[in-house]
Amino acid sequence: MKRLMKIYLEKPELAAVVFLLLLLLVFQIRSNGVFLNTQNVRGMLGLLPEMGLVAIGVTLLMICGEFDLSVGSVFALTPMTMAVMLAAGVPFAPAFAAGLAIAALIGFFNGFITIRFAIPSFITTLGMLFIARSLTVVISGGFPPVIPANALPKWLFTIYVGPGDLFRMSFFWFVAVAILATVLLSRTNFGNWVRATGGFLPAAQSMGIPTARVKVACFMICSVLAGFAGTIQVMRLGAPLPSIGEGLELQAVSAAVIGGASLAGGIGTIFGGIIGAALIRVIDNGLVLSQVDANWFKMAIGFLTIFAVVVNAWLRKRGRAMKVET
Amino acid sequence: MAAPIIAIKGLQKWYSGVHALKNVTLDIYPDEALGLVGDNGAGKSTLINILSGTQKPDGGEIRIDGEPVRFSNPRDAMDRGIETIYQYNSMVPTMTIARNVFIGREPVKGSVFGIGILDQKRMRDESVKAIADVDLHLRSPDALVGELSGGQRQGVAIARAMHFKSKVMILDEPTNHLSVKETRKVIGFVRALKAQNITSVFISHNMHHVFECCDRVVAMARGEIVLDKRIGETSIEEIHEVL
Repeated sequence: MKRLMKIYLEKPELAAVVFLLLLLLVFQIRSNGVFLNTQNVRGMLGLLPEMGLVAIGVTLLMICGEFDLSVGSVFALTPMTMAVMLAAGVPFAPAFAAGLAIAALIGFFNGFITIRFAIPSFITTLGMLFIARSLTVVISGGFPPVIPANALPKWLFTIYVGPGDLFRMSFFWFVAVAILATVLLSRTNFGNWVRATGGFLPAAQSMGIPTARVKVACFMICSVLAGFAGTIQVMRLGAPLPSIGEGLELQAVSAAVIGGASLAGGIGTIFGGIIGAALIRVIDNGLVLSQVDANWFKMAIGFLTIFAVVVNAWLRKRGRAMKVET
Repeated sequence: MAAPIIAIKGLQKWYSGVHALKNVTLDIYPDEALGLVGDNGAGKSTLINILSGTQKPDGGEIRIDGEPVRFSNPRDAMDRGIETIYQYNSMVPTMTIARNVFIGREPVKGSVFGIGILDQKRMRDESVKAIADVDLHLRSPDALVGELSGGQRQGVAIARAMHFKSKVMILDEPTNHLSVKETRKVIGFVRALKAQNITSVFISHNMHHVFECCDRVVAMARGEIVLDKRIGETSIEEIHEVL
């Protein structure tokens, strides 16, 4: 029992899971049973992949000890690139690939500048936040391009499937990426390098890990996932808006932190980041259904972020202090 | 006398205006325990950093088993059997012992572009064995290194170096910040290396520690070697004199 307790205390994402279940219960009661009905669950699961994919990338990068504020802008630039090409008559596959290539390039640039000039990634990616957002508006020419009808393979990304049409296809992409990212981080040698690089850089370097390459790879994965998430949103909406994803970068950081990732690097799990993203979506939706003024949303996320970090630090300390044979 | 395992000849290093290593020549012989002493800024760390591949010399040459080498990173040195255990500890505290033992040298089951699935069972089993080999008793390879004491961490670092069959182990101030009891333990580790036919270079501020576990002592001052004698032929006073 005590041993289970220790394991629990040292895994902050489990605390987030308990909190998520608690919230589901509260909102279910407060909304008179509307919250967990098929239609609402379908709505929430339809939106979760977009935020969840961004959170996966940001969590991975944070574990590696870096930070990306440009994900919200990449979230807009990637589908805008694709949409402009589609409007010019380019087929879907190359347009989609070009969008993701831009995202990968931005990730590479973020990582390269951060490491080459030894500046904090906070600054590099803050600059990139403005650059990518500006590019998005510029290439759209101020008017969002009209995506030709039937240009988007909706059957592959956004149509409803499954029992009771509960899921969108995007949900399966999200689950696949989540599993891949989890395996990459916890079961491969690359994941070991990521954790070592973020956990204690001098040790990773002295053991001969190519830390610069590991970081650049994480920046690129993070950026590509943000771009992919934005593309899914545009496919869902059917039109690219240059303003999508604004504020998303900070929500994604919140998600990672709520799920137990540390800003200092080395600590956190992909699963935790996903739970954090789910919590944010649930609060967003649940507040509305409970007929609370929706403007309390940011307040709730703010409190939750601070609360999560304080509680995680405390739990971890209690967990460490428990002297149990492991 | 046997041929030197490491032969350093005319090594030079400059740091923008500071001549950190002035024509250093030193032979290190197989199975000996060499104590390297000197004040801060005497050039010990520079010499060690060059030997372990973290810095490059501005001149001179290093031969290992008679073969000239040029290390461009720590991995090159490790591949030639030179493992360095740094004073700041070459462990990641937020990772488990098993993962730390194999950092950068993980056994994988098949790989694509050098990335593959970890063989976690092997990592666990071999780290348990490696740790037991240095006579260190830890509960589990799944414990976080952050939960170990300073001495235990040095023990794991030494176990790691031995597991990867290093021929030369460089210990950079391994007894810094350790309690008296832990220091005894680390000195025990260093003594045990000799029995395993591992050459060791032990860097310390503390002469007593050096005299306790080394065969030979080399003193550095102002980028030069100022004394090089067998332990039996010198004394702590004599070394203090030259420093």
